[in-house]
Amino acid sequence: MTAPSVETAVGHLLRELAPQVLGAVARRHGDFDAAEDAVQEALVAAAMQWPRDGIPTNPHGWLYHVALRRITDHLRSEMARRRREDAVATQVWAEWAFVPPPEVDIGVEGDDTLVLLFMCCHPALTPASAIALTLRAVGGLTTAEIARAFLVPEATMAQRISRAKATIKSSGTGFSMPDGAERAERLSAVLHVLYLIFNEGYASSSGPQLQRTDLSNEAIRLARTLHALLPDDAEVTGLLALMLLTDARRAARTGPAGELIPLDEQDRTLWDRALIAEGVELVSDALSRGSVGPYPLQAAIAAVHDEAARAEDTDWPQILALYSVLERMSDNPMVSLNRAIAAAMVEGPKAGLALLEPLDARLGGHYRLDAVRAHLHERAGDAERAIVHYRAAAERTASIPERDYLTLKAARLAAGRTQRIADA
Amino acid sequence: MKYMLMMHAPRGNGEYQVSDWSPDDLKAHIGFMHQLNHDLTASGEWVDGQGLTAPGEARLVRAGSDGAPVTDGPFPEAKEFLAGFWIVEVDSPERAYEIAAKASAAPGPGGAPLNMPIEVRQVGSAPPVDA
Repeated sequence: MTAPSVETAVGHLLRELAPQVLGAVARRHGDFDAAEDAVQEALVAAAMQWPRDGIPTNPHGWLYHVALRRITDHLRSEMARRRREDAVATQVWAEWAFVPPPEVDIGVEGDDTLVLLFMCCHPALTPASAIALTLRAVGGLTTAEIARAFLVPEATMAQRISRAKATIKSSGTGFSMPDGAERAERLSAVLHVLYLIFNEGYASSSGPQLQRTDLSNEAIRLARTLHALLPDDAEVTGLLALMLLTDARRAARTGPAGELIPLDEQDRTLWDRALIAEGVELVSDALSRGSVGPYPLQAAIAAVHDEAARAEDTDWPQILALYSVLERMSDNPMVSLNRAIAAAMVEGPKAGLALLEPLDARLGGHYRLDAVRAHLHERAGDAERAIVHYRAAAERTASIPERDYLTLKAARLAAGRTQRIADA
Repeated sequence: MKYMLMMHAPRGNGEYQVSDWSPDDLKAHIGFMHQLNHDLTASGEWVDGQGLTAPGEARLVRAGSDGAPVTDGPFPEAKEFLAGFWIVEVDSPERAYEIAAKASAAPGPGGAPLNMPIEVRQVGSAPPVDA
């Protein structure tokens, strides 16, 4: 086993420190936008210098010091510009002239990271902007890294982030903790953004886009941070559990060419037992806390799947019961769709198909409805209908691996049918 | 979600219809496209965009029985040709249509909008997380 490179160690440390330093700078300076830019510059400087010169004894203080100096520099050049344009520049920046020496320990407030998450996942932002800003300001990733992860040019990502910050500024949100009912609402927005980051990485963890799996790891890291700050919140615990229990199956989820392998055909020996054990423990903790929301329930469903040694050992009645609770809670047609699959596993494909009927109006045209219908018709022995729906699903999905999978299913059924006619 | 916007330009008397335009009209057209590209970058939606060279050298290529390329073309009778494309990352298909409409209305002779047909297609993505 080789020791991790200095660059890797520095990278990990910087990403740990990023939200703490940004929190301290933003609290002191007040302007989140300027603070965020300054901390990003400090992180880039550290990534260059530390591997060469060694990690300073007080890395947090070093970053804080450099970030504040950057703000001072920017203010100074801004003042100089204004002085040139307008002789009435009297504002002093003496306040910024004092920065503590790097040896001085800066008070780290865990809540700062939480406030940052609330800001970056502000409801005024589109999901794409919130994701980008969260990864940079809380995750400590550089704009270039985020751009690579989302396969867009760096300039595009830089613009997306600066527009996100402008949106936050115009929303009038200060660097403070939302309280009361707003806090709960904003926390659920944070959880949603972390979940989207996880999906973005998990969904594409195959083939040439392997670097995107870093996004899942990053989402898990952020969820762990959030869980450490709010250990008693069942939804936060549930989200972390859901990520771990899903991520545990990653190695089995795709074949060598990136092709999709459905849950019931996966090689379960490839599942990560340590992640499953941790996820199960978390989900038990979340469920023991009484009133339970959507994330612990989804995590519980993932846990039931993960605990089955073989697909046929899956406790489908348990999954059906969990989806029924989830359906009453969320009124989400996708949940109803999943409940229909579970019902088909417990009561047979006909029962599942009957549950799909009312979903046409709510999910009309969504490929998942066709895919599930195809699957249930196939299980019911109706190859003709299955082929029609597999093909319809293949035409409608935006996912290329999924399209390939569905097309192949239809082709196999069609070939089997031709074979039967030839044999007759 | 990413979309590819494919701009089909009308063919004129020569290779390019634009070769008959006045310099001012041409300048206005090029300026419009630069501004569009600039706006898409500023809005954080730009992924890629390229103009293609004149269709006079366009060839259709197929493999012959020995695998060697067999070419066909050029096709001077074609009324339209693919002049360029953008790939944008947007929050909704409607936004992709909006961008396409903007590009379609690029100014032509006398500043009148060209209303070129722009084919809009979603770029295939990764599979969603399994339920």
